[in-house]
Amino acid sequence: MELSFQMVMSQVMLGLNNGVFYAILSLGLAVIFGLLNIVNFAHGALYMLGAYVALLGFTSLGPLIGMPDFHLNYWAALIVAPLVVGAVGIVIEKTMLSRLYKFDHLYGLLLTFGLALIIQGVFTNFFNVSGDPYDAKPEILGGAVNLGFMMFPKYRLWVIVISLLVCFGTWFVIERTKLGSYLRAGTENPELVKAFGVNVPLMITLTYGYGVALAAFAGVLAAPIYSVSPVMGSEMIITVFAVVVIGGMGSIMGSIVTGLLLGMVEGFTKVVYAPASSTVIFLIMVLVLLVKPAGLFGRES
Amino acid sequence: MKKLCSKVALSVAVVALTSGMAGAAAKGVSDNVVKIGVLTDMSGVYSTLGGKGTQVGVEMAVKDFGGKVLGKPIQVIGADHQNKADIASAKAREWFDNEKVDMITGLLNSGCALAVQKLGGEKKKITMNTGAASTALTNDACTPYGIHYVYDTYALGKVTAEAVVPAGGKSWYFLTADYAFGHSLEANTAKFVTKLGGKILGSVRHPLSTADFSSYLLQAQASGAQIIGLANAGGDTTNAIKQAREFGIDKKGQKLVGLLIFDTDIKSLGLNVAQGMQFTSGFYWDRDKGTRDFAKRFYAIHKAMPTMDQAGAYSATMNYLKAIKAAGTDDPDAVMAKLKSMDISDFFAVNGKIRADGRMVHDMYLMEVKKPSESKGEWDLLKIVKTVPAADAFMPLSESTCSLVKK
Repeated sequence: MELSFQMVMSQVMLGLNNGVFYAILSLGLAVIFGLLNIVNFAHGALYMLGAYVALLGFTSLGPLIGMPDFHLNYWAALIVAPLVVGAVGIVIEKTMLSRLYKFDHLYGLLLTFGLALIIQGVFTNFFNVSGDPYDAKPEILGGAVNLGFMMFPKYRLWVIVISLLVCFGTWFVIERTKLGSYLRAGTENPELVKAFGVNVPLMITLTYGYGVALAAFAGVLAAPIYSVSPVMGSEMIITVFAVVVIGGMGSIMGSIVTGLLLGMVEGFTKVVYAPASSTVIFLIMVLVLLVKPAGLFGRES
Repeated sequence: MKKLCSKVALSVAVVALTSGMAGAAAKGVSDNVVKIGVLTDMSGVYSTLGGKGTQVGVEMAVKDFGGKVLGKPIQVIGADHQNKADIASAKAREWFDNEKVDMITGLLNSGCALAVQKLGGEKKKITMNTGAASTALTNDACTPYGIHYVYDTYALGKVTAEAVVPAGGKSWYFLTADYAFGHSLEANTAKFVTKLGGKILGSVRHPLSTADFSSYLLQAQASGAQIIGLANAGGDTTNAIKQAREFGIDKKGQKLVGLLIFDTDIKSLGLNVAQGMQFTSGFYWDRDKGTRDFAKRFYAIHKAMPTMDQAGAYSATMNYLKAIKAAGTDDPDAVMAKLKSMDISDFFAVNGKIRADGRMVHDMYLMEVKKPSESKGEWDLLKIVKTVPAADAFMPLSESTCSLVKK
C-alpha cells in the first residue's frame, strides 16, 4: 500500500479521534491513581454505564416517569450522565474504597475489578451484547465537513474538540490552581493538610467522583459513534491501562499526551499492517517499561 | 507356533463375537437418562444471538416431545464456553466422562465447535452444531458423530454473492475478522464472486472485537470497489456498518454487504441504518405460520424472537429425540444412522437432509432489511427476497473433503 499524503493525514485525524477517548479515560485513571493510589479497574464499566445512562434516558426514562414523549436529549445527557455516574462513584468510594487506603494497591485493584465484572454481568443479562443504537445525535452535528484531504464527520470533530477542552481544563485545575495544589498536597501528606483545616476525606471522595464522571462523559461521547453495549468498556479498558502505564502512572499531562499519540500510532498501524493494530500499543508498553520503567512522563520514586 | 496362531485367532473370534453381541444388546437408553448439553457463548459477544436462548430452544423441544423418550427421562444442562476452545473442550470432556451427556448442541464460535466435535468423534458422542459457521466441520474435520445443522460459510458466501454480483456488484473489497471463521467466509465468498465474473480488489484483516473501523473503511473506500464485503460477525459487523454510514461511504456509490448477519444485529443497528441490506440466513421467525407459532411461544419465555441458532437448536434436539425413538436406543451409531436416513422437516428446516459428511442441508433464504416505514413492530425487521433450494445453497457432497464421503 503506497502512503499518499492524503492517506496519512486521514489516518492521523482518525487516530486523533480514537486518541481523545484514550486520553480522557486515562486522564480519569491518572487523577484517581495520583490522588487516591487506587488502580481503578472499574473505569471501563463506568464508561459503559455513562453510555447507558444516555441511552436509557433517551429511550426509557420518559415512559418510566409517565411522560412517554419525554426524551433526555444528547446535550442534557452530557451533563446528567457524568453526574449520575459520579454519584455512583461517590457511593463506591464512601462504602468500599475508603476502607482500603491503608492496604496494598492490590486490594483496590481486586475490588474495582470485581465491581467491573459485576456491573458488566448485570448489564449483559438485561441488554443486547452486540449493542443498542443511540439515535439521539443532534441534527447540528450530523453530516461531514470537508477538511481538504478527507470528508470528516462533524460529530467526530466535535468529540475531538470538546475532549481536548475537558482534558486540558482538568490539567489546568489540578496543576495550576489553588484547589489543585490542595489536592496534590492532600495526597502527599494528608495529616499536614488536615491540620490546615482542609477536609481531606471529602476532597478524596469528590476526586474519585470526578474521575469516574470523566469516564461517563467519554461514554456519552462514544454512544453515537459505537453501539452502546455491555462490553464496550472491557474492550477499551485494557488498552487504556497500557496508555496509563506508558505515560507514567499518575501523571496528568502524561496520560493526555500519551493517549493522543498512541491513538495516532494505532491509526497509522491500521494502514501499514492492520493485524498488528491491536498489539502495537502493548509492544510500545513493553519497550517503554524496559527503557523507562516509570513511564514516559513518570517520576522515578 | 501353529497352535499358538490358531489360539490367537480363536480368541480374536470370541472377542469379536461377544462384542458384536454386546453391540446388538445395547437396546434402550444407556444410564436410564438421555442427557443433552447446551455448550455455547452464554456471556460474551455472541450470547445474544445464541446463549441462554439456545438453551430455551432445546428445553422447549424436550417439553414438546413429552419430556420422556423410550420411557426414560430427558435432561438438559447448559454451560458457558466463554468463546475459548480450551474451556469448551474441557467442559465437553467432563460432560461425556462424568455427567453421562449423550449429545452436545449449540457450539457457537468455530474454534470451540471444532474442538468439541473432534472430542465427540473420539468418544463416540453426537455433536449437533447449530452456532458455528466454518465449513471445516464437514470437510477435513468431519467425524461420524458430528452434524452441522444450521448454516456455514459456503452457503452464506454463495447465496449472497449470487444475489449481489449479477445485480452489478462486480468489484469487491473485504473487511475480514482475523481468525478461522473470517478467513473461511472471505475465501468462500471470493470464490463465488470470481466464478460469477466479479473481481477481488483486496482485503484488510482486522482483529476480533474492533471498536473503530474508520481506518479500514477508508482503505476500502480508496480501493474504489463497488462492494465492501464484511467477512465478520456480531459487534464487528454492526460497528463497521454504522461507521460506514457516518463517513457517507454508501452515498458515494459503494455498497456494504454483510456476509453473516443475525436478527439481533439488525436490532442493534436500527432499521434506519440497516435498511435495504441483503444477506443470507437459515431461518426467519416471520416466514410462515409454523415459524410464527414457534416464535410466539419462544418470545413468551425468552422475551426476544429466536435467531437461526436458537430455532435450529430446537429443531436439532427434536430430530435427535425422534431418531432415538425410531432406533429404539440412544446408541450413537444407531441414532446417527437414523438421523442420516430420515427426512428433516419441521418449521425450521424445509427439505432438510443430513448427508454423509454431517452437513444438514435445507432451504436457505436471501433476506432484505425492511425500511422503517414497512416495519409494523419491534421485531418486524426483515423480508425474504428469495428462497434458495437446499441443493443450490450448500457445498455439493462431491466437493466435500470429508473422509466419510464415498467417492
